[in-house]
Amino acid sequence: MNQGDLQTRFPHRHLLGIEGLTPDVLSLILDRSESYVEQNRRADKNKSTLYGRTIVNLFFEASTRTRTSFELAGKRLGSDVINMSIDTSSVKKGETLIDTAMTLNAMHPDVLVVRHGASGAVQLLSEKVNCAVINAGDGRHEHPTQALLDALTIRRRKGRISGLLVAICGDISHSRVARSNIHLLNTMGARVRLIAPRTLIPSGIENLGVEVFNDMNEGLKDCDIVMMLRLQTERMQGGFFPSIREYFHFFGLDYEKLANAREDALIMHPGPMNRGVEIASEVADDIGRSAIREQVEMGVAVRMACLELLMDNLPGDETS
Amino acid sequence: MSKTAYINARLLDPATGLDTSGTLVTDGESIADFGEKVKAPKGAKTIDCQGKCLMPGLVDMRVQLREPGEEYKGTLESAGRAATEGGVTTMVCLPNTTPVIDDISVLEFVARRARKLGLAKVYPYGAVTKGLAGEELAEMGMLAEAGALAFTDGIHAISDARMMSRALSYAANFGLIIVQHAEEPSLAAGGCMTGGETATRLGLSGIPAAAEVIMVERDIRLVRMTGGRLHFAHVSTSDAIDTIRAAKAEGLAITCDTAPPYFALNETAIGDYRTFAKLSPPLRTEADREAVIAGLKDGTIDAIASDHAPHDEESKRVPFAQAASGGVGLETLLSVTLELYHNGHLGLLDALKLVTSAPADLFGLTAGRLQKGDPADLVLIDPDSAWKIDADHMVSISKNTPFDGRPVQGRTLMTIVDGRPVFKSD
Repeated sequence: MNQGDLQTRFPHRHLLGIEGLTPDVLSLILDRSESYVEQNRRADKNKSTLYGRTIVNLFFEASTRTRTSFELAGKRLGSDVINMSIDTSSVKKGETLIDTAMTLNAMHPDVLVVRHGASGAVQLLSEKVNCAVINAGDGRHEHPTQALLDALTIRRRKGRISGLLVAICGDISHSRVARSNIHLLNTMGARVRLIAPRTLIPSGIENLGVEVFNDMNEGLKDCDIVMMLRLQTERMQGGFFPSIREYFHFFGLDYEKLANAREDALIMHPGPMNRGVEIASEVADDIGRSAIREQVEMGVAVRMACLELLMDNLPGDETS
Repeated sequence: MSKTAYINARLLDPATGLDTSGTLVTDGESIADFGEKVKAPKGAKTIDCQGKCLMPGLVDMRVQLREPGEEYKGTLESAGRAATEGGVTTMVCLPNTTPVIDDISVLEFVARRARKLGLAKVYPYGAVTKGLAGEELAEMGMLAEAGALAFTDGIHAISDARMMSRALSYAANFGLIIVQHAEEPSLAAGGCMTGGETATRLGLSGIPAAAEVIMVERDIRLVRMTGGRLHFAHVSTSDAIDTIRAAKAEGLAITCDTAPPYFALNETAIGDYRTFAKLSPPLRTEADREAVIAGLKDGTIDAIASDHAPHDEESKRVPFAQAASGGVGLETLLSVTLELYHNGHLGLLDALKLVTSAPADLFGLTAGRLQKGDPADLVLIDPDSAWKIDADHMVSISKNTPFDGRPVQGRTLMTIVDGRPVFKSD
């Protein structure tokens, strides 16, 4: 593509992560998503763009909202959607990840939407199949569609992403959402701060272009966006902090700490929330400031755009 | 007795610094004579070396055999063939077989099977603790009498400080060496690569590099306390090497080795989750790699071992965190070690010494040097010949090399064990 040309195609076969995507490509996805927001608010939400295509939601980790969101996205574009939830304990017994991938591949899906508990598992799977693969979250590596829906929410509320000061707070260590958001926000020109106790900040993360704070009041100062993360208690081995009570005292978002941020600061959370752990209920439910429900809405639009852009790149009928 | 004369050879003996053109004569299983003026005896079979380098066979002091127990990953024969292909005539094998080499019956089984095969010679390490469980001492004295060369818990660190101090004390009774995998297990738990920016980017849980030096520092103190003899296997970090350098200067009986991945690769080899680059200890930063080279140059690191660790495809074709650690190395030990020479870090003989007489001398093995009357374990190499490492063409049953696709120089042309050619390149 020549310089100056408008990006109209997604230039990759899969969507495995945000790292490495250019601002043009990210804008392409966000612009396309925008068109679906309106459609999703109409009574007749369905299009038939992807009629005849098959999407398989392959979830090796429990998920309700992401899976449902992809399912709705696929169906609203007219494609067939199949959900497969695979209990990882049964995978361990026999069939490997690669076996599962090969089996599904033989059924000719057009897009596999995959979530897996191990970082890199989705990439590994994508190397073994013929269809397009969307990463719906791999371990603590990336969760690209979450970062995209966050970006869309921010862009609609603030009119831009570039130049905003964004604080990502909480369990950075175990968070794929944080990593994808760091890459996306940096690429789009926002300034990113991370706020967490030292035990939840992975080593070397400052090299990803972020400022690290260990004090919530200091870190939130003048922020435009406050992104809270879910405390991933299921991924925690050993004590990263002494108690939930102590965690909330220092790192839970309440009105007092929030007062440090800009008056019009937007509050976000990828869900599901642990109320009273990382965020106070009254803050989460503050209609004026919280964009949490809007994030869910944007999720469907973003996933429709991703599915459509990847399908545009798929070849037509296979010849035998 | 049948004599064979290897004529027109460039004779290399890293132990003595010999580098001359000449002839080497074997008589049956032993070296009869060698030198510039030596002539082929009448009636001897002659082999024309065409000016290539004839040297002692390589001594690889850290090899994991998978027999007995995991023959689908590797067998004594598969390792023996891989060894001779790579110019290795002596292997020292870890006790982490199933059953564990913590009992003389297993030790004798391995030794006998290896002798029958007649490929590279195998000397087993004995386990320090029963079942490698780190709780009770194995019968080290009896294992030593049966032929165990030294003692180690293999890929596990002896983590309990009291157990380590007892092992060092007890082994000192018999003048035996304890070989330690230096990694503090509580820091390493759950980690799959070195902690830092790359691990954070990939979302993989990291092992802090300090896990190595913490164990090294503790063990050095235990050596001071017990007077034991300690060897650190595959050291890989700058801090650990500095600490060992200081301990050696103090005159403590401490030695160490490293493996080719630690001076030829760094953590970027993991790329997009390449499980063949998942090793233990994990690949380190570029600064650590440079420190390993510096340690080899100044003699802090005594030897190079292949750290051969075969794993079948199913152990590696899984998400990175679940993949087994380790890579095969017998077939690439010589070529990757020669990079130290080709890149100007070491002289040819100095580089070769690290894989011949240096490891042999650590254990007092009659191997790794050219000496009249010693077994004729020899290798003919071309140190300059260029080729590309190709996992698909390896003879080892498992092909999990971290060096796949790497262009290297230096190749084995012929391998001779006890006077018998056991490998010839096409």
